[in-house]
Amino acid sequence: MENETKLKHFESLIDADSNIEPRDWMPEDYRKHLVRQISQHAHSEVIGMQPEGNWISRAPSLRAKKILLAKIQDEGGHGLYLYSAAETLGISRDELIEQLHSGKAKYSSIFNYPALTWADIGAIGWLVDGAAIVNQVSLQRTSYGPYARAMVRICKEESFHQRQGYEIMAHMMQGTPEQQEMAQDAMNRWWWPALMMFGPHDTNSPHSGNAIKWKIKRASNDILRQKFIDKTVQQAELIGLTVPDKDLKWNEETKHYEHGEINWEEFQSVINGNGPCNKQRMENHIKAHHEGEWVRKAATAYALKQNQSVKQ
Amino acid sequence: MENIQDSQWPLWEVFIQSQPGTPYKHAGSVHGPDKSIAMQNARDTYFRRNEGTSIWIVPSNAIVASDPNDSDMLFDPSNDKAYRHPTFYTMPEGALNI
Amino acid sequence: MRLQQNEVLFLYTLRLADDALILGHRLGEWCSKAPILEEDLALTNIALDMIGRAEAILRYAAEVEGKGHTEDDLAYKRPERKFYNHLLVEQENGDFAHTIARQLFISTFEYHLYTALLKSSDENIAGIAAKAIKEIKYHKKHASDWCIRLGDGTEESKERMQTALNDLWMYTGELFEMDDINEWLHEGGIAADLRKLEGPWKTDIVDVLAQAKLTVPSSGYMQTGSRKGIHTEKLGYILAEMQYLQRAYPTAKW
Repeated sequence: MENETKLKHFESLIDADSNIEPRDWMPEDYRKHLVRQISQHAHSEVIGMQPEGNWISRAPSLRAKKILLAKIQDEGGHGLYLYSAAETLGISRDELIEQLHSGKAKYSSIFNYPALTWADIGAIGWLVDGAAIVNQVSLQRTSYGPYARAMVRICKEESFHQRQGYEIMAHMMQGTPEQQEMAQDAMNRWWWPALMMFGPHDTNSPHSGNAIKWKIKRASNDILRQKFIDKTVQQAELIGLTVPDKDLKWNEETKHYEHGEINWEEFQSVINGNGPCNKQRMENHIKAHHEGEWVRKAATAYALKQNQSVKQ
Repeated sequence: MENIQDSQWPLWEVFIQSQPGTPYKHAGSVHGPDKSIAMQNARDTYFRRNEGTSIWIVPSNAIVASDPNDSDMLFDPSNDKAYRHPTFYTMPEGALNI
Repeated sequence: MRLQQNEVLFLYTLRLADDALILGHRLGEWCSKAPILEEDLALTNIALDMIGRAEAILRYAAEVEGKGHTEDDLAYKRPERKFYNHLLVEQENGDFAHTIARQLFISTFEYHLYTALLKSSDENIAGIAAKAIKEIKYHKKHASDWCIRLGDGTEESKERMQTALNDLWMYTGELFEMDDINEWLHEGGIAADLRKLEGPWKTDIVDVLAQAKLTVPSSGYMQTGSRKGIHTEKLGYILAEMQYLQRAYPTAKW
């Protein structure tokens, strides 16, 4: 088939809301966009283990420790599902990790903020996972089959993540004045970065055009952000937390909240490596990768020896 | 043995049976250096929530997939064989247990 | 001073629980640091099993103690000298080989211990053992498989694995120590006779190390102290971290 015919066939599949599978013909830009988006998503899950992992040893009850361990383990699993989805596009995990370390691949800027108190664990689960879920639910209908299937599994497993975070916040808001203060402080620090997770305004979003047309992304940044704000404000109010936005107000006509201006300068600065924890997160990942090299090699060497002795 | 290449290990496809008697379904993939470790990795990755009772793992490069370009020749010819389906046949009114 | 029956049982349950709690803590430290993502999941899975077991045993311990404490009180409000985990489990993770050596020694020990506890006349302990033994079998396989791969992998991995085994060997003697508490509870059919576990433990270890082409460390001086709550300096740091919130905000509930 000529490329023209192939493209037509591809676009007809997309228009019919069918899925593209790994062996189907796809435009190079579609493949590139998917690799970038899926790997960014995978790296985010994996780097996202760090701020929470920081609190496993200090979780204040055995129940909390179990939940946190299970949640972080899920993040690792989700990173793994997503790496697998990216690998179906003909890129290896070695290459994906290499791109992360060289800075070519990005991860969500949210994980460059520090988790300072136990309330941050609540805020991360409730706000960060809450924002991620809004995005992921929409991605269950993404056009690339392996990505969509990974998203379905991830959404099913992540449904407890946001609830456990909100439970921590609700519990602290019923606790001592110190706990309430801790919870509000976490809310103040995580609210805006959570809104930034959806990316730039639609008018400034460089990758959105084709992504929407090819149904890689199913909803725009601003629409998803609005959805998140609309459902989260009520949850905050219910447990007595104040949303740190003096311009936040309900618009009776649109039935949506209007919010204050997001600090895009901060967003760009964090994306470009100047967030409070960019350096630390990457150093940790690179260090673990290097320290694990001898183990990975040992297992490979053992497998080779076993194969050779079978053949002899 | 000392010039071993570092890698993330070979890829394995994981199939899980949710309960005895049901077919195995593709769950995803994992990396593992050999069968035994790959099996443990599959378990730790895809069985965190009581998802099933049995696992198959297969080296990914052992899977042979049909070529999408052959789809017309492979799958379309079975489209017009309605007589392979029980609903194709007309039974006399009143016939039971058939 | 003669201990009451329930005090004896309380101290014994703490020994079982503290091994799980402290080892779970150590394994949790691997989060985001494992050699490969799959192994990150494997180590945290084992950590989860451990914390779950610690919780179940401490709940029972609190009941036996009868002072209205919860499992969290026992985990978060006891001082160093009232912890009874083996010295082995509080040792640092070190490199992956040290963690695997620790896992191999402790999970092989637990395999034999909990197999014996399945027949405990204390039905709570027998019940906990019935659940734990399934997890332990997996932990033992994980550690054995890895020990063999590292031992028979590259020159570097072999050396690291052997060093780790040698470094931790001196903490294995303590596993089989019988004090009065063990004796009394063994007589009552509640606890295991640890002397009888040492042989099978050694056989298993020798077998794995043979497959791994590694040398069984020569038996030298063995460290001791945990039965009396005397630990290495490392435990204090673990508790300082683990108990920080509970101690900084004593009136708060989490």
